[in-house]
Amino acid sequence: MATEPIGRPSPGTAPRSTLDGALRLLDYWTTAYRRTWKGSAVSSFVVPLLYVLAMGVLLGGFVEADPATLEGATSYLAFVVPGMVAAQSMTTVFGEVTYPVMGMVKWHKTYYAMTAGPLAVPHVVLAHLGFVAFRVAVTAAVFLAVVTPFGVHESWWGVLLAFPAQVLIGLAFAAPIYAFSAGLKDESAFALVFRLGMIPLFLFSGAFFPVANLDQPLETLAVLTPLWHGVDLTRMLTLGTLEAGPALVHVAYLGGLVVLGWWWALRRLERRMVV
Amino acid sequence: MTLSEPGSMIHAADLRKSFGGFEAVRGIDVDVRPGEAFGFLGPNGAGKSSTMRMVAAVSPVSGGTLRILGMDPATDGPAIRARIGVCPQEDTLDTELTVWENLFVYGRYFGLPKAEVREKVEELLEFVQLTDKAKAMVDDLSGGMKRRLTIARSLVNSPELLLLDEPTTGLDPQARHVVWDRLFRLKQQGVTLVLTTHYMDEAEQLTDRLVVMDKGLIVAEGSPLALIAEHSTREVAELRFPVAAEGGTHEPLAESVADLAERVEVLPDRLLLYTHDGEETMAKVHERGLEPIATLVRRSTLEDVFLRLTGRTLVD
Ligand SMILES: Nc1ncnc2c1ncn2[C@@H]1O[C@H](COP(=O)(O)OP(=O)(O)O)[C@@H](O)[C@H]1O
Ligand SMILES: [Mg+2]
Repeated sequence: MATEPIGRPSPGTAPRSTLDGALRLLDYWTTAYRRTWKGSAVSSFVVPLLYVLAMGVLLGGFVEADPATLEGATSYLAFVVPGMVAAQSMTTVFGEVTYPVMGMVKWHKTYYAMTAGPLAVPHVVLAHLGFVAFRVAVTAAVFLAVVTPFGVHESWWGVLLAFPAQVLIGLAFAAPIYAFSAGLKDESAFALVFRLGMIPLFLFSGAFFPVANLDQPLETLAVLTPLWHGVDLTRMLTLGTLEAGPALVHVAYLGGLVVLGWWWALRRLERRMVV
Repeated sequence: MTLSEPGSMIHAADLRKSFGGFEAVRGIDVDVRPGEAFGFLGPNGAGKSSTMRMVAAVSPVSGGTLRILGMDPATDGPAIRARIGVCPQEDTLDTELTVWENLFVYGRYFGLPKAEVREKVEELLEFVQLTDKAKAMVDDLSGGMKRRLTIARSLVNSPELLLLDEPTTGLDPQARHVVWDRLFRLKQQGVTLVLTTHYMDEAEQLTDRLVVMDKGLIVAEGSPLALIAEHSTREVAELRFPVAAEGGTHEPLAESVADLAERVEVLPDRLLLYTHDGEETMAKVHERGLEPIATLVRRSTLEDVFLRLTGRTLVD
C-alpha cells in the first residue's frame, strides 16, 4: 500500500566483480531481446538459404575449378559456405555495435540509467558485448545447421569447432567497432564504416574466392584483414583441413583484437560518460 | 570546515567542478542533514546539475571535499550509488520497454533478488499511481507519468537519500502537484530529499532549507521564510507599465517613487516596490498621479530574494 514506508531494507550492493556486474544486466538484455527477436528470427533462417542458393548452388554451378585451387574444397559450394558463415559473423556484429551503441549512449541514454546505480562502464560494456556474442552464436548456429543438408561439412568435429570460432570472430570485430561507436559524436560516420569498411571486407577477404587470385599487393592486404583470418579458420574447420600453426595464428590475431578492442572500448566510453 | 558533521548525508566543502577551462561550480559548502528536504535554487546555468551529478557519484569532483553518506565518491562510487536514488534532469527511461519492465530491470542493477524486485515494483507502481499503466509502453505516458515513473525507479533500492534534478520542470501545474504530493510522502517516511529547481514556488513548497545558487556560487542559505525575511520586505507592490522603449528604462519613474519603499527594483515592464505595507504604498503611488496599466500587492517570495541578491530574475 502507498502508506507503507518506501525506505525499507534492501539497499543495493556494489558488484563483487566485473562479471557479477555484467550479469545484473542480463534481465535488461533478455527483456529487450524478447521484444526484438521475432524481427530477426525469420531472416536468420532465410538469409543463409538465399546465400547458399544464389552463391553456392547457382553461381557455383558455373565454377568448375580444380579442388587444388579451392583451398582443398571439393566443390565451390563447400568452399564458399564457411566463407559466408564467417562473413555473416562479421556483418551481424556491424549491425549490433554501431547504431545500437550510439542509441544507448546518445539518443536513449540507456547507459546513463544503467550506471546511475552501483554499476559502471566495464559492466555495461561486458554485458553489451556478451549480448553481441550471443547474437553471433545464434546466427552462426542457424547458418551452420541450415546448410548441413547440402553436404558441405567435411568434418563434424570441425563444424562443432567452427561454431565457437564464429563467436571469436564476432568479438574480434565487436570490441573495436564498439569502442569506435562509443566515442562517436555523430552517426553520419557509420555510413562510411559500412561502405568503406564492412563491404570491402565482405567482398575481398577470401569469403567468395581464394585470396591467391588477387594480384600482389592486394593478396597480402587481404591476408592482413581480420575477416580473412576468420574465413580461413572457419574454412579449415568445416573442410577438415586444420593445420595447427596457421590456426593458432588466426586465433591469436582475433584474440588480440578482442583484447585491444576491450581496452579501447572502456577508455572511450569512460571518457564519454564520466565527465 | 573540512570535517564532516556527524551523520551528515552530504558534506561538501569548497566543492568545484570544471569542464575544460570553464568552472561550472566555483567552491560551494553544503551540509545536508538526515531527514531534511534540501534545495538548490538557481537559474539555468547556475551549476545545479553539475553539483547534483557530483553528489550522485557519476561525475568526478574537480576540487574540494565531497562526502556522501560519509563516503568518498572518488573511491566508493559504486557503494554510494547502491544506496542513493537519482532522478536525473533528463529522462533516461527505456522507451522500448513497458513501465513494469523499466522498474524491474533497474531493480536488478542493484543486485536485488528477482522476487524481491517484483514485490518492490508492485509497491512502487502503487505509490506513484501507475499500477494500471504497468503494461503500457513508456512512450505512451504523459510527461507527468514519466516523471513519476522515474521517481518510482529511483526508489527501487529503498534509498536513504533521494536526489531530484528539476523534478517538475516541463510539467503542467496539475502534474506538478501530484509529484509534490508524492515527494511530501517520501519526506514523511524519513527519506532525505535533495532537489534542484528554478521554480521559487517549488523551493518554497518542498524544502526545509535551501541554498540560492548563481554562476557556480552559493549566494544565500536558509529556510525559505528566513531567506525572505533576511533579504526582502514583507510585501511587494508591483506596478506594471508598457515595456520600456528600446534604449530607455523606467528608471525615472522609479526615482519618482523611491521614497515610498525601502527599495525599488526596475524591470523592463514593471517596478517592484519593496515595502512593509503594500496597500498603503500603492495608495501613495496613486496620489502621486502615476498611472500603471496594472497593479498587484503580494507577499515577497524567493524570486524577490534572488532578484535582490543577483539583480536578475530566476526564470527568463
Ligand atoms: N559536460 C559539460 N561540458 C561543458 N560544460 C558544461 C557541461 N555540463 C554543464 N556545463 C556548463 O556548466 C554550466 C552549469 O551547468 P548546469 O550545472 O547544467 O547548470 P544548471 O543545472 O543550474 O542549469 C553551464 O554553463 C553549462 O553550459
Ligand atoms: Mg540543470
